[in-house]
Amino acid sequence: MKRGLMALAGALAIMVTQSAGAQTLRWSAPGDAVSFDPNAQLDSFTQNIQLMVYDTLVRRNRKLEIEPGLATSWQIVEPTRWRFKLRPGVKFHDGESFTADDVVTTVMRTIDPDSRNKGNLATVVKAEKVDDMTVDIVLSGPYPLLLNDLTGIFVMSKSWLEKNNSMKPGNTSTGVTTFASTHANGTGPFKLESYAPDSKTVMTVNEGWWDKPEHNLKRIEFRPIKSDATRVAALLSGEIDMISSLPLQDVPRVTGTQGFKVVEDPSLRLIFLGFNWKPELYADPGKKNPLLDVKVRQALWHAVDLDAIQKRIMRGKSRNTGTMVAPPVPGYVADIDKPLAFDLAQTKKLLTEAGYPNGFKTGLTCTNDRYIADEQLCLAIAGMWTKAGIQVDVKTESKATYFPRQDRGELDVWMLGWATLPQMDGFSVLSGIFASRKDGYGGSNAGGMVIPALDDLARKTAVELDEGKRRALMGEAFKIAKDQALFIPLHQQPLAWAMRSNVDMPQFPDEYVRPWFAKVN
Amino acid sequence: MIASIGSRLGQAVLVMLAVTAIAFVMFRYVGDPVAMMSREDASPAEKAELRASLGLDRPAIVQYGDFLGRTVKGDLGISFRNQRPVVDLLAERLPATLELVIVATLLSLSVGIPIGVYCALKPDGALTRAIQTLSLVGISMPTFVTGIGLILIFAVTLRWLPSFGRGDVVQIGGWSTGFLTRSGWASLILPSITLALYQLTLIMRLVRAEMIDVLSSDYIRFAKARGLPSRYINFRLALRNALMPVVTVTGLQIGSLIAFAIVTETVFQWPGMGLLFIQAVSFADVPVMAAYLLFVGFLFVVINMAVDLTYTLIDPRLRTRRA
Repeated sequence: MKRGLMALAGALAIMVTQSAGAQTLRWSAPGDAVSFDPNAQLDSFTQNIQLMVYDTLVRRNRKLEIEPGLATSWQIVEPTRWRFKLRPGVKFHDGESFTADDVVTTVMRTIDPDSRNKGNLATVVKAEKVDDMTVDIVLSGPYPLLLNDLTGIFVMSKSWLEKNNSMKPGNTSTGVTTFASTHANGTGPFKLESYAPDSKTVMTVNEGWWDKPEHNLKRIEFRPIKSDATRVAALLSGEIDMISSLPLQDVPRVTGTQGFKVVEDPSLRLIFLGFNWKPELYADPGKKNPLLDVKVRQALWHAVDLDAIQKRIMRGKSRNTGTMVAPPVPGYVADIDKPLAFDLAQTKKLLTEAGYPNGFKTGLTCTNDRYIADEQLCLAIAGMWTKAGIQVDVKTESKATYFPRQDRGELDVWMLGWATLPQMDGFSVLSGIFASRKDGYGGSNAGGMVIPALDDLARKTAVELDEGKRRALMGEAFKIAKDQALFIPLHQQPLAWAMRSNVDMPQFPDEYVRPWFAKVN
Repeated sequence: MIASIGSRLGQAVLVMLAVTAIAFVMFRYVGDPVAMMSREDASPAEKAELRASLGLDRPAIVQYGDFLGRTVKGDLGISFRNQRPVVDLLAERLPATLELVIVATLLSLSVGIPIGVYCALKPDGALTRAIQTLSLVGISMPTFVTGIGLILIFAVTLRWLPSFGRGDVVQIGGWSTGFLTRSGWASLILPSITLALYQLTLIMRLVRAEMIDVLSSDYIRFAKARGLPSRYINFRLALRNALMPVVTVTGLQIGSLIAFAIVTETVFQWPGMGLLFIQAVSFADVPVMAAYLLFVGFLFVVINMAVDLTYTLIDPRLRTRRA
C-alpha cells in the first residue's frame, strides 16, 4: 500500500500525460490485429494493420483507384495469363532485395490449400517467374477483377520465410503457427517493431521505402481499446492522438472539446433488409409466403420512413440509399439510387392489391452488436411496419449467433451490411447476394432467392474483361433488384473518427486507416 | 492428511470435468466460429470445408472427448482468433491479471481492516455512519460505472493517471511485470481501486461485525476489568480473533477476483485473461473459452483446497477429523 501511495504521489507529481513527441502517431481502435500472418486470417481490420507493413503489387491511391505498387506495369498476355513487371530497387525491411521469387512465393503461399484467405485469389492457378523482375499469374479462366484481388495480397519475402521456417501459412485447423504470425518483414512504409496483442503494437518508419512518403511520421503506436467509453476518454485525456471508431453519441462531446476534431464520411458498408424466399414464413407456417409477391415487398419498402431513421437514430450521419452499392463502387448507377418514398397510403394500396388488406405476419431479425445502431434500426422498422398494419415478430441477437442462423436461411426478414470489400466492386453483390446458391455463387444468398436473370448476369460479369460492358451488366442487375424490390436498401453507415486538431488523417469509405497519408503537425 | 489431499484432488478432477462438459454443451449456443472466420462472401462449400477441417461438424460429445484427450496431453489447442497456441496466450495474460488481483487484494485489506476496526470501536460516530452509507454505495455500484467514473475524473478531467493499459512492462523470464516502472504503477492505480472496491467494503463490514461480536465476549470484558490498556485489548486480543473469517473470505475472494476481473479488464483495456476471454466470446473462439473455463475451475478447486488445508493447520481441533 505504501508503495502504491508513493506511486500515486509520483504520478501526481510528474503528470503522466507525456507530451506527444513530434511525428509519433498514437492511435486506437476497438479491434486488434489477430495475427501478422497475411494468410492465416480473413479479418479486415487485421489486413488494414498489415497493410502498413506490407506492400501489394497494385494498391489504392487517395481516391481509392488502383495504381501501380510493387508492380510497375502489367498486361494480359492471354485471357488466363497476366504478366507483371516488378519495381526494381525495392528492399524488404531486413535489407533483402525484392524479386520475382518473392511474388511467386507470396502467391503460392496464398493459394496453398491450408491458407485461410485462399478465397481471395480463387481464380489464380499459379504464379510463374519469367525473369528476376517479371512474373506471370495464371488464371483458371478469364477474370476481370485480378487487380482488385491483388490489392489485398501482401508480398512477403521468400528468404525470410525460409529462414524462419514459415513457408506454410499459419492455420488453426492444421495446428500450424509460424514465426510470421507475430513478426513481419514487408517492403511497406512502416516496420513492425513490436506486437503485443490487445495491448500495444509499435511501428517505425521505413527510411528505405521505395515510394516518396506523403506522411511525416517517425513512429506509430497502436493501442487497441475495446470499450467505447474508455477509448473516447483516452483521446480526451491526451493519451491517444486519434481513434478510428467514434460512437455516434460521442460526436458532439468531442467536437465540443477544444483541441479535438471529428471527421465523418459515409462508409462503403451499406445496410439492407433481405427476405425469406421459401414457400412459407417461419412466423406464419401453413400459409403462402406473402413476401414472394413483389407488391408486398414494395409495400414494406414504402412503409419504411428512411428520413426519420436518418435523423433520429443515425443522428443525421448516415446516407440513405435506394440501390445495393455505394457510389464509389463500380456498378453503382445514380439513377436508381432514390429509395421508394415513405407512403403509407401506397403501402395500403399495394397490400390490398396483393390480397392482404389486413396485413400479414412476418419475423424481422437483426444483430445487436455488428452494425451501427443495428438494434434501434430494427426496432424502429418493426414499429413502422406495425403502423402499416403488418404484424411483426421482431428479434435482435448477437452477431455470433445471428450469422449462423441467417446463413442457414432460418429468418423471414433479416438485416445484412455489405461493403464489397476487399475487391471494392459491385460484382461481389452479384456473386454473393444476387445469384442463387450454386457453383460457388450465392454465398450470402441465404433466403433461397432464385432469379434466373440475375444468375445469368452474375456469370456474364464474372468473365467480362471489357470494363464498360462489365459495368453495364452490373447496372442491369442492380436495376432488376430495385424494380423487383428484391431487397430493401436502407443506408450507408456513417464512419466517424476523432483526433487531436494537429493530426491530419484522411478518411476513406472502406474504413481503412492509411497512416502513410497522415500528418502530425 | 495424504488421504484427505487425495480425495480433494479426486474432487478437483470431477469439478473440472463438470465445468468443461457444461461449457461444451453451451458453446453451440455461443455462436458459430465458422461464421466469424469466413470471408464476407464465402460460398457454402467454403464454409463447410472450414467446418470440417476444424472438426466442428462432429457431435459435441466427440469434440469434448477430443478436447479431453488433448488436454490430458497438455495440448489446449490453437486459438481460432489469434492463431496461436492457447497455452501461450494464457501464459502471456496471466501476469497482468495476477498483478492486478494482488494489488487489489492488498489494497482492500490495508484499507478495509482499519476502517472496519474504527467503525466497530466508534459504532455511533458520525464518521462511522458516513462510512456505512458510503460502503452501501460501494457494494451496489456496478464495476463498469466505478471504472468509467474514475477514468473521467482522474484521466480525462485531472489528467493525473492513464485511462487504460498496463504502462511499460519489464520482462523477467516469461513473466511481464508492471511493478518495476513508474508508468506500470500509475496504470495499476485506477483498475486496482475499481476491482478492490467491492472486496474492500465486504472486508470492512465483515471486520466491523466480527469486532463488535468479539468485543462483547467474556474474555474482553475480563481484560477490561483487569485494566489492560485498551490498545492492547482492541488490537492484540480482539482484532486477531476477528480476523479469522477475513482470512477465509479473502482467500476465496482472490479466486473470484481472478475469474471476474473481466469487467474491470474490459473497461481499462487491461491485457489480462478476462479481456482474452471476453474477446474469445465475441469471436466464438472455442479453444480459448474452453481453456479459460478449465483454468478457472482449476483455480477455484485449488484455492478451496488451500483454504481447507490452512484451517487444519491453524485450528488443532480439525486435524483429527477427515476433511
